[in-house]
Amino acid sequence: MRRIISVLIENEAGALSRVVGLFAQRSYNIETLTVAPTEDETLSRLTLTTSASDTQVEQITKQLNKLIEVIKLVDLTDGEHIERELMLIKVKASGAQRAEIKRTADIFRGQIVDVTHNAYTIQLAGTSDKLDAFLRAMSESVVLEVVRSGVSGLSRGEKVLAI
Amino acid sequence: MLSGGDILIRCLQEEDVDYVFGYPGGTVLHIYDSLYKQNRIKHILVRHEQSATHMADGYARSTGRPGVVLVTSGPGATNAITGIATAYMDSIPMVVISGQVQSHLIGTDSFQETDMVGISRPIVKHSFLVRDARDIATAIKKAFYIATSGRPGPVVIDIPKDITNPTELVEYDYPKQLTMRSYSPAAKGHTGQIKKAVAMLLEAERPMIYAGGGVIQGNASDELRELTQMLNYPITNTLMGLGAFPGTDRQCLGMLGMHGTYEANMAMHHCDLLIAMGARFDDRVTNTVSKFCPYAKIIHIDIDPASISKNVTVDVPIVGPIRTVLAEMLDIARPKMAKRTKTQLARLDEWWDQIEGWRKQDCLQVTPCEDGTTIKPQEVIQAVYKVTGGTSYVTSDVGQHQMFAALYHPFDEPRKWINSGGLGTMGFGLPAAMGVQMAYPDEVVTCITGEGSIQMNIQELSTCGQFALPVKIINLNNRALGMVKQWQDMQYDGRHSHSYMDSLPDFVKLVEAYGHVGFKIESLDELEPVLQEAYSLKDKLVFVDVMVDPEEHVYPMQVAPNGSMRDMWLKKGVRT
Repeated sequence: MRRIISVLIENEAGALSRVVGLFAQRSYNIETLTVAPTEDETLSRLTLTTSASDTQVEQITKQLNKLIEVIKLVDLTDGEHIERELMLIKVKASGAQRAEIKRTADIFRGQIVDVTHNAYTIQLAGTSDKLDAFLRAMSESVVLEVVRSGVSGLSRGEKVLAI
Repeated sequence: MLSGGDILIRCLQEEDVDYVFGYPGGTVLHIYDSLYKQNRIKHILVRHEQSATHMADGYARSTGRPGVVLVTSGPGATNAITGIATAYMDSIPMVVISGQVQSHLIGTDSFQETDMVGISRPIVKHSFLVRDARDIATAIKKAFYIATSGRPGPVVIDIPKDITNPTELVEYDYPKQLTMRSYSPAAKGHTGQIKKAVAMLLEAERPMIYAGGGVIQGNASDELRELTQMLNYPITNTLMGLGAFPGTDRQCLGMLGMHGTYEANMAMHHCDLLIAMGARFDDRVTNTVSKFCPYAKIIHIDIDPASISKNVTVDVPIVGPIRTVLAEMLDIARPKMAKRTKTQLARLDEWWDQIEGWRKQDCLQVTPCEDGTTIKPQEVIQAVYKVTGGTSYVTSDVGQHQMFAALYHPFDEPRKWINSGGLGTMGFGLPAAMGVQMAYPDEVVTCITGEGSIQMNIQELSTCGQFALPVKIINLNNRALGMVKQWQDMQYDGRHSHSYMDSLPDFVKLVEAYGHVGFKIESLDELEPVLQEAYSLKDKLVFVDVMVDPEEHVYPMQVAPNGSMRDMWLKKGVRT
């Protein structure tokens, strides 16, 4: 099952490599990974998605917690949560295609953020599923380049991941 | 104001370090100069950095205090890796200080540069790359705290050469206290869980105690003994846990697992309640996990939450220091002991009757060779036990001799049996014995080894000469890599692919060349008298090269793959 694990770690050199190394070492898979400092500059927040069974995810969270630099973590998929991923997609757009692409982008609430004679760059945010769906819808056009940020997320309601 | 090098040494003194095991080189020269200027810490110059880590490891296992290693960058650091991994797998407290190239050279593939923090990352509890002399003290303080608390383990501190420069002085202040928001090992177990566990323990009809190395590491042997004896329950120790409970006690069924005793493995398979403590359900213990202890509810006490339900799902987990958890269990159970019903006690008697029946199998019986002269490896271990009265510290290498030592030499005290259980590191035995001998200069230290393993770190015979270490080395010489050969006999129709050692050295001459005493034993009647003589030479390192039956296998041996705990080979061609 797909899991979104969000981790607060010390914002120190080497901390990220320990997390990534742990996954490689114990053959857990990472599908997406994003990391950035938080409003408290001594902390980084790392969000990763992985596919794992319940027992595997229990081991993953325990092993992550064992890392000295990991302060706290939450499996967002345990409860209601909000997840977002950002995608930038550059597509070939010329002639009659341009209007069609614009319409599709509007349906998905994407924004065209860069325009040339022959190409559009579209920005789209949403769940990973939504981004996948948009990509499928774009398959008719020529997709030139895609970049995705990986998933970020937090719990719904008043629950927070903080120290 | 002090230099980084002086600060480092001062910090080690603050941590009451008495020995540093190491080898100098370019990037640690400033530190070695600081060492030279003091006399509180004794430095042991090894012959290979792997040995430095094993010595520190032997020191740590026998004393419970962290072992300290100092190596240079590049090859010094990489040579230490095997020993760090050995300590990591067995949760041994160790602090490894490695030199690093100067800060401005890091990342330029400079001479003797290697990314030590990167290379060691999967095999350390934690690591530090110190970037400023002002950070050395905190890094050392944290390293010792992390290495020794919670589930212990090795910690690496990588220090670039310029940080220890004698001309750059900085303020020195050793932190008295430490707070780490991201690290706080459990201080006690959950009382509710402990109560639940005690209730289950008292209700069990066929209980079994399975105690591992964590009991020794957690200094909980006294509590374990009291609880086990109060309950009158059978107990088995893992390879790492031998000595946690007295091996000669009636209640002890010996070691369990792949080469465990018949009675221990049978009792494991048939028990209805298993209490695991400081043990991690290793694959060498459980055999096929899906067939492990099919009738048992399982209680698991461990300091490391990640150990719980990792390999085997348990019913009642208790996370906490083993000693305080067992003490709490004792307090809760004690007043309830008198309330056990006659039926309950009768059921326990029945369980013991069943176990005694298994014990009658006498699975460790040794049949002497028919010729009356060829020595069985088991007979050597038995003779060592007899000659030393079972009182010596025993280290071992890895292979058949290790299993023979574990099975045929009972240990009545913790920290007396020292072997590489998790990683299975050949070459561990001699340097580990040296570390023990340094910690306990007046005690007898035996290294049980084989002609394969001993050659992996035999150069340390030189270090033994330099520091006058009277270790007794018992070499079970079967002219083969015995355990490899045994598997080839059993699983590869006896095709002994590269498991024979040709052109072995004359070990007696070799040790004499290093200034030690050597004996060779080829006949059974010489065994005890020569061992007597060897152990009577108290101040000498004695190497006893014993020619043993090369055909011997270690039994019992669990049937794999797909076997359960109770599926065992009992001798050649005979299985349960």
